[in-house]
Amino acid sequence: METKYLLKMDNISKEYFGNKVLKNVQLHVAPGEIHALMGENGAGKSTLMNILFGMPVIHNTGGFEGTIQFDGQTVNIDSPQKAMELGIGMVHQEFMLIPGFTVTENVKLGREITTPTIASGVFGKSLEKLDRPAMASDARKALDTIGLNIPETDTVGGMPVGYMQFIEIAREIDKTGMKLLIFDEPTAVLTESEAQKLLETMQVLTSKGISIIFITHRIDEVIQVANSMTVLRDGTFVQHVETKGTTAAEIAEMMVGRKVEKLVDDAGKDTRTISDDDILLRLKDFHVDMPGEKVRGVDLDIRRGEILGIGGLAGQGKVGIPNGILGLYKSTGTVKFEGEVIETEKLGAALKKHIAFVSEDRRGVGLLLEESIENNITFTAMQIDGKFLKNYGPLKLFDSKKAREHALDMIKQLDIRCTGPEQYAGRLSGGNQQKVCLARAITMEPKLLIVSEPTRGIDIGAKKLVLELLAKMNREEGMTIIMVSSELNELRSLCDRIAIVSDGQLTGIFAPDASDAEYGMAMSGVKGGNK
Amino acid sequence: MTKEKFKKALDVIGIPRLIVFCFLLAIVIVAYVNGIDVKSYLTSTMKYWGMWVILVLAMIPTIKCGIGPNYGVSLGIVAGLLGPLLSIQFNIAPAVNAVLPGFGPWAAMFFAMIVSGVLAWLVGIVYGKILNLVKGSEMTVTTYIGYSVIYLMCIVWFRAPFSSGEITWPLGGVGVRNSVSMETSFGGLLNDVLSFSIFGVEIPTGLILFCLLICFVVYLFFRTKTGLAIQATGANPTFARASGIDVDKMRVKGVALSTLLGALGIVIYTQGFGYLQAYTAPLQMGFICVASVLIGGATMNKATIMNVIIGTFLYQGLVIFTPPVSNQLLAGTDISDTMRQIIQNGVILYALVKSKGGSSNE
Repeated sequence: METKYLLKMDNISKEYFGNKVLKNVQLHVAPGEIHALMGENGAGKSTLMNILFGMPVIHNTGGFEGTIQFDGQTVNIDSPQKAMELGIGMVHQEFMLIPGFTVTENVKLGREITTPTIASGVFGKSLEKLDRPAMASDARKALDTIGLNIPETDTVGGMPVGYMQFIEIAREIDKTGMKLLIFDEPTAVLTESEAQKLLETMQVLTSKGISIIFITHRIDEVIQVANSMTVLRDGTFVQHVETKGTTAAEIAEMMVGRKVEKLVDDAGKDTRTISDDDILLRLKDFHVDMPGEKVRGVDLDIRRGEILGIGGLAGQGKVGIPNGILGLYKSTGTVKFEGEVIETEKLGAALKKHIAFVSEDRRGVGLLLEESIENNITFTAMQIDGKFLKNYGPLKLFDSKKAREHALDMIKQLDIRCTGPEQYAGRLSGGNQQKVCLARAITMEPKLLIVSEPTRGIDIGAKKLVLELLAKMNREEGMTIIMVSSELNELRSLCDRIAIVSDGQLTGIFAPDASDAEYGMAMSGVKGGNK
Repeated sequence: MTKEKFKKALDVIGIPRLIVFCFLLAIVIVAYVNGIDVKSYLTSTMKYWGMWVILVLAMIPTIKCGIGPNYGVSLGIVAGLLGPLLSIQFNIAPAVNAVLPGFGPWAAMFFAMIVSGVLAWLVGIVYGKILNLVKGSEMTVTTYIGYSVIYLMCIVWFRAPFSSGEITWPLGGVGVRNSVSMETSFGGLLNDVLSFSIFGVEIPTGLILFCLLICFVVYLFFRTKTGLAIQATGANPTFARASGIDVDKMRVKGVALSTLLGALGIVIYTQGFGYLQAYTAPLQMGFICVASVLIGGATMNKATIMNVIIGTFLYQGLVIFTPPVSNQLLAGTDISDTMRQIIQNGVILYALVKSKGGSSNE
């Protein structure tokens, strides 16, 4: 017999500007269950939820294909209001609370209970008086439901993060007729005990007949509370499974698993000798305070001549590592390069040791968009090593001739498609911009090259070129490379070892041919695994 | 000229500047037709260009380092007034003249420049540090500082312990009088060097050469390592940081340089004008400088020295030629200052509307 579902989304496809982000995805949620929606970054979870919630971003970009059935009826959700009317609520990842308002005011925001006054009789409903006791009792009821023992009269500002999360939930369940609640990675910002409490609350809610879609990448939580789950990967539907019939390893494999295609042709001979005794860079108890990418105590050795990959999901801290080494964000712990300590608090200390960095934020950090390609390529080497400067009497001035020669050389070497070295970097395509960034790094003649998300936002052809270039520099010129990337596939096709970071800590270092399950577990925070 | 070449030239000059230039040309023609003494007004335009161009040049460092036009250049101006005053107070020109006849005014001028320059650099460092504390609202703060320092200095000028009879109030013992004659120090010094007359228009050669020299020095500065670092800071501070540049330090340097140029500018202005004006005379100077550089084609976050040279010429040309023409055409009215205000503030407003705000990467 067919199960009766509260929500049935079928054959959902969505493209953004010709880029298919969802392909024939389905999502079925039964009444009163916790249904986990799982997948890596970019798997299409957020897009699917945006469709369900009728977000304008979907309808402004040409809508979507497929059908949505809610409570047995085919529905057309074209705005968030419509979704709310149907009884769909969402608990956001970033709290949408007003710090200066009390708990009650936040819970009832936009749905205040009011009583008419003389002024409202004349000027309309917006001048009605708040019925504070009624509002407070509603808020209290919602708070009690989820077991949160705080006075509803307190202001939200300054409360612990965990409480704010619960107030968000209280606001959602206070809405009448709530049938389906979406939790978007609710435990990401919570401590372990708070997360535990949240999971319990979710179970309380389902016992009251509310269905929950639980978006997360923490496998252990899913095993603990979810009844069933849908796994997405690269915008495609992988499987709908019951939690009972599966294991953590299987889930991990479903999330990560894909055919490892060779992105790089390994034509060049590998004549490198990598030794465990020849350590180029050593991180000890390394912490980086980078918002959204906090690193919480990493010990890592990078051997001379290798390509080390650093992988993990977004927001887990992998990007924080290079930014910390370069001194762009505050860090503690020791960083030793060729046996010497780098003072990371001094901006440029790492650069002076010839550690070059290609930032993940190409347009924000990596380029001077309104400057020529030539200036972009030569700038850092000039500032750090005094290259491209020429003495004119007492003055040291920019040597445009030498810079031009070098820029032309780089354009040729890296095949940067441009109208000439004077073209503005901001006018180039993403792939060519990335090549300019790499050219700038190479110009520094680095002993260690750190590239962060080198293929983000560039098309597949350019991707291959960039990766091949990295391979070439490593194999032919013996350059040690650290490559930070969210794309596991890329790391596996290029790196000698891959370190996985979760929650700011190293969860394992793997060989590129380690199993999908091992990677999946490490990415979801399960420690273990060393090459 | 082919069509493409013409288009390229137009791109370089920019349509707004072309319009302003045509407008200026039209006014000059109208003036000529109406029998106004065009030659003497052209003479003033050349002279005022030289008097203003270094002050306008002071806008370049702050725009390049990402702070935007320096409305607070008055800080450099008031610091720059002190040099000429001290050179009068210490009687430098007559004293040097007694030993080396003819060198007195030069000694006085360079003394004034050095004193003003050093003082302005120090003031600029403090000013730059203040601006580092208010990132994002530099425009408001520079304007405010520019205004308030003028009024603060009014008190100082009034009670400053000068004793030279040429500086103090004719009736009182101390303070600075409203306008101090530069006659005995270096008034008109540069203007008269190698000056010649062509078709009845006097060209202040020395002044022009000196100003171009300073422009060239500033141009060279922006090709040094520090100069390039300052520009990168303005273009994209995070990029600069990633290249190991101390962004705050570069901003301070930019502001200090701007203040220094403001001080040199007022020394040159004073020598051209023949009088030193303290008190509220420099109040509007910041705005005039901003308007000049903008009219020359600069934006809130990009400016070149060419913008300064062209902009100063266009602005001064308009300000000098419009009043006589409008007075002639609209007899009995005196709208010269109104005209100036409209041009000045209109240009600033136009540029603000056009700017994308700060160093946005849009």
